[in-house]
Amino acid sequence: MTKQTERRSSMGGGHGPGRGGHRIEKAKDVRGTLRRLIMYLRPFTGTLLLVFVLVVIGTLLVILVPYLLGVAIDDYIANRDLPGLLRITLFMLGAYLGQWFIQTAQNYLMAAVSQRALRDLRRDLFEHLQTLSLSFFDQHPHGELLSRLTNDVDAVNLAVSENLTQMLSSLFTLGGIVVMMFAVNSWLALGTLTILPMMVGLVGIIGKRTRSGYRKLQQEMGRLNGIMEETFGGERVVLAYGQQQAALDKFTASNTAVRDYGIKAQVYPLLIGPLMGIMSNANIAVVAGLGGWLALQGLASVGNIATFISYSRKFAGPLRQLGNLYNQIQAALAGAERVFEIIDREPKLNDLPHAIPLADIEGAVRFEQVNFSYAPGNPVIQEMSLSAAPGQTIALVGPTGAGKTTIINLLTRFYDIESGAITIDGVDIRQVQKASLRGQLGIVLQDTFLFSTSVMENIRYGRLDATDEEVIAAARLANADHFIRHLPQGYETELSERGSNFSLGQRQLLSIARAVLADPRILILDEATSSVDTRTEAHIQEALLKLMAGRTSFVIAHRLSTIREADKVLVIDKGRIIERGTHAELLAQRGFYYNLYVSQFKGLGEKEVETVDSRQ
Amino acid sequence: MNKLKRLLKFVNPYRKEAIWALLLLIAVIAVDLSLPRLIQRLIDKGVTASNMHVILTTSLLMIGLATLSALMMIGNTLLAARVSQNFAADLRSALFQQVQTFSFGNLDQLRTGKLMVRLTSDVNTIQMMILLALRIMTRAPLLMLGSSVLLVVTSPRLALIVAIFLPIISVFLYFFIRRAQPLFLRVQSKLDKLNQVLLENLAGARVVKAFVRTPHENARFAVANEELTAENVKVRRLMAVLPPTMFLILNVRTVAVLWFGGQQAIMGDLTVGQIMAFTNYLMMTMFPLLLLGMLAARLPQANASAQRIIEVLDSTPEVQERSTARVLQATGRVAFEQVSFRYNLSGEEQVLTDINLVAEPGETVAILGATGSGKSTLINLIPRFYEVEAGRVTLDGVDIRELTLASLRGQIGVALQETILFSTTIRENIRYGRPQASEAEVVAAAQAAQADAFIQALPEGYDTQLEQRGTNLSGGQKQRIAIARALLIQPPVLILDDSTSAVDVETEAQIQAALTALRQDKTAFIIAQRISTVLTADKIVVLENGKIAAEGTHAELLQSSPIYQEIYNSQLGEGPGSGLAA
Repeated sequence: MTKQTERRSSMGGGHGPGRGGHRIEKAKDVRGTLRRLIMYLRPFTGTLLLVFVLVVIGTLLVILVPYLLGVAIDDYIANRDLPGLLRITLFMLGAYLGQWFIQTAQNYLMAAVSQRALRDLRRDLFEHLQTLSLSFFDQHPHGELLSRLTNDVDAVNLAVSENLTQMLSSLFTLGGIVVMMFAVNSWLALGTLTILPMMVGLVGIIGKRTRSGYRKLQQEMGRLNGIMEETFGGERVVLAYGQQQAALDKFTASNTAVRDYGIKAQVYPLLIGPLMGIMSNANIAVVAGLGGWLALQGLASVGNIATFISYSRKFAGPLRQLGNLYNQIQAALAGAERVFEIIDREPKLNDLPHAIPLADIEGAVRFEQVNFSYAPGNPVIQEMSLSAAPGQTIALVGPTGAGKTTIINLLTRFYDIESGAITIDGVDIRQVQKASLRGQLGIVLQDTFLFSTSVMENIRYGRLDATDEEVIAAARLANADHFIRHLPQGYETELSERGSNFSLGQRQLLSIARAVLADPRILILDEATSSVDTRTEAHIQEALLKLMAGRTSFVIAHRLSTIREADKVLVIDKGRIIERGTHAELLAQRGFYYNLYVSQFKGLGEKEVETVDSRQ
Repeated sequence: MNKLKRLLKFVNPYRKEAIWALLLLIAVIAVDLSLPRLIQRLIDKGVTASNMHVILTTSLLMIGLATLSALMMIGNTLLAARVSQNFAADLRSALFQQVQTFSFGNLDQLRTGKLMVRLTSDVNTIQMMILLALRIMTRAPLLMLGSSVLLVVTSPRLALIVAIFLPIISVFLYFFIRRAQPLFLRVQSKLDKLNQVLLENLAGARVVKAFVRTPHENARFAVANEELTAENVKVRRLMAVLPPTMFLILNVRTVAVLWFGGQQAIMGDLTVGQIMAFTNYLMMTMFPLLLLGMLAARLPQANASAQRIIEVLDSTPEVQERSTARVLQATGRVAFEQVSFRYNLSGEEQVLTDINLVAEPGETVAILGATGSGKSTLINLIPRFYEVEAGRVTLDGVDIRELTLASLRGQIGVALQETILFSTTIRENIRYGRPQASEAEVVAAAQAAQADAFIQALPEGYDTQLEQRGTNLSGGQKQRIAIARALLIQPPVLILDDSTSAVDVETEAQIQAALTALRQDKTAFIIAQRISTVLTADKIVVLENGKIAAEGTHAELLQSSPIYQEIYNSQLGEGPGSGLAA
């Protein structure tokens, strides 16, 4: 357990680009990783047992045939026994057919097993990602995370899918051949086997290098992915500023590193082939030499030697394969480690073990002396207390960076407060299940995010079981219906990535419609209409007023026209509430809020401000 | 196959290494071919003749040659890895550069997830293919050729029997490849889809969590995951048949040799040693054939990937520089002359119709209009992010299509509607458009954008690292950094696309004041929602359904334009339903 905690800390925390990925990590718990990988094969025990049986039979056939070859030459050809030769060739033919059937069946069965095991691994990784806090996503390059789910799972894929049966069959073949060799001629067998320890040692040495090589490669690959994702995602800015060369330079640095690590990582496992080649050829020479000598001594027949040379070749194949497999498993482990690194991260904002679902709420919200900071020593919210009665509308006003959005992030429990308490209907929100809390909040965020599906599906995201009519009604309420109907495919229009084929104002309308559809008890609007023109906004305002009636609402806006209707205006500056009251009260105070208000109409001339003011 | 061939030109720079790798392979084969000869000699002249001397020397010779062959093989491996990895790096680079030539129109269509699969998974597939090819390409045919010669020398009649199997294998492989390729294409496109779901979940984590849609997203992922798995299983089940069938064909060949060779031996036409040598050579031809089978197995996959890569390489940037394009040092007069535009030439409605608009050097043009009225589209045409459909946009009287993109865009500072910042320091973000800018210039730009104060207040100031897309800053802070970034390049033309929407009013007023001071010599286009932002503009343009509905100063429009009056009133609180109305 302690090991895992350390691993976690080496992965996470901290800010900055790619902090998660490319720290050089020391050797990990290899066996643990392997065991966990094997756990993914568990659900397929039945199939695996069948494959196991097939491998045993198949291997026996593989061993049998060279033996038959020896028999054919020694007993039938040498003795000029044609019917015997016919029998044995037919027998061999049968054995080969059996081999074909068994191998095909093995591969066929394993294809499904390996792909499904990988599917489960991907599923676990994804579902775990969903439990992680927002700060995790903020701090890790998305491309890097993507790389873990694709490139790293792929590395596992190679080892598991193509080689599991080969490994089994290689092991059996080896065992079988050894037995047969001893049965045929134990002197020759001993001579042949002297080469074995050397081979094992060599494979072990190379394997270690393979793993560390692949670990570096996968890390750099993750970094490259991070760079690509950020560049492609921000391509519009790259183009606008003509920074293609700079983007390319950054990419090239990582691309070159991937190439260099790639060469190193790939060369080691490939060395196994030729090195095993030397040994097995040397082995044949040994067999031939030793066999010749034994034959002279009368301890072996020429047929024996033929069989043994054949065995030596057969022997080299599985050994080489085992060496390759061992190395591929090392590469897979490097990938698996990176996948498990994510799966092992504890969600920061876990529900308490005894957390209860939040019952249907009235919507009374209280902050009691809440303190919070994103980074230690840099408090964002200080000693904040506020209350909202059910049905009230609270406007949060203040300069950018004052902490308004943070208040929302705390209420939705995207982040946990440091001290104090936030309660809804008197229940501390840390005591309830996050899902049940958020399910009763309707949030329109500052950054609109839409999915690349149809307009209809995007709005429906607010309530998945809503009918088309309900979706359209919500769109109408958000004043989005009109523009949607003017789209070539109306509600079925597909959004491109992040909705880039819509204007920001249109996207805001869609995300308001989405929140409207959710029909929440508490409504949170964070700059929901900042990019909507003011006339449209006036219409939405009307709709929102209807929507907010009877619901507790928190509204962040810079346009005072949005704020005037609030039951209570809280003026936030530097993480504290510095003024509170209604719009009229605050204007009368002639304090911070008054100045803010006046500045909006500064350019309009004193007279106009006066008129504005005198309308009180 | 043609697709793959096209990509092979990326191997060209490493031709020398590739050729060396192949030459080494030939040497390896020459050595490998001599081994069965030696074995035959060992048995026939050594064992059978009871000649210990021959046995010893031949054995030693075999070990020596085996070592030599392995050393050469290692050399080949090193070279092959280098060639293939360099190939992959160059191919990735070519793809990346291709994306850098795209216009906004291309970007609207090619999703990040898709692009990334092409740069990783697809490139890797082809890299593996090339690596494999370099390690067996000459080996397989040469080993085949060599052993075939030896087979013929050893026994022409047996060799004939062996030859029959070659066409059988070829036909089998041919049909196999044809069936597998479309399956691999499907796998890769499912991988695209899976990636897209994942990327959306990473970027949209806030929305997913806010709406408690984790189960929904898990289900969506499960579908993509299941589809990918199904395609993968399908293709791998097909692949499952390949190696055993190759084995079967080759094994049947051995049996045939044994049967016919055995008959000949019984009749005394062949020696036992000859049959053994023959079967040994057969084993040797088996190996290259199996390798060819492996190569064949990868071919459809590599070809499918090649097709996807070429798709990106061949996509033509919608906006292209003319060969005659020139550089211009502009004073900043921007004119739209009867400009019309639509995003998708096929079918979609016109977004801008017949726009005529002139901004003299130093003038500020403010653009107002309803959501979706075409404001952003209009200003996106100035840096030529999109191409006009009709009419022209000019800079200092020169059609912008006559200018190089670098020269055009280098003179336009844009703060886009959607703020995109990179996960590096604040300083680097501001310096993005002009990396060589001095510290003083960076600070000056930040001051003008009213960003300096809050940046200084951060514990690490300008060295503060931004998180993914700048999530550790508030919306207004991000916008101000984007404005500072645009100001830093000191462009003759400045475009602010609703870039103060999340900034509070007071700060915005300060930005306005700073900009007014800066704007003296700059032509500025400002899209805004708030009247207060546009009051001081030299010219206010009201867009309505892609057409200019009104144009003039604040005072003029307040008199003449009903739409403008309506906008004005909506902000002064005479909007509907506001009894409180300030």
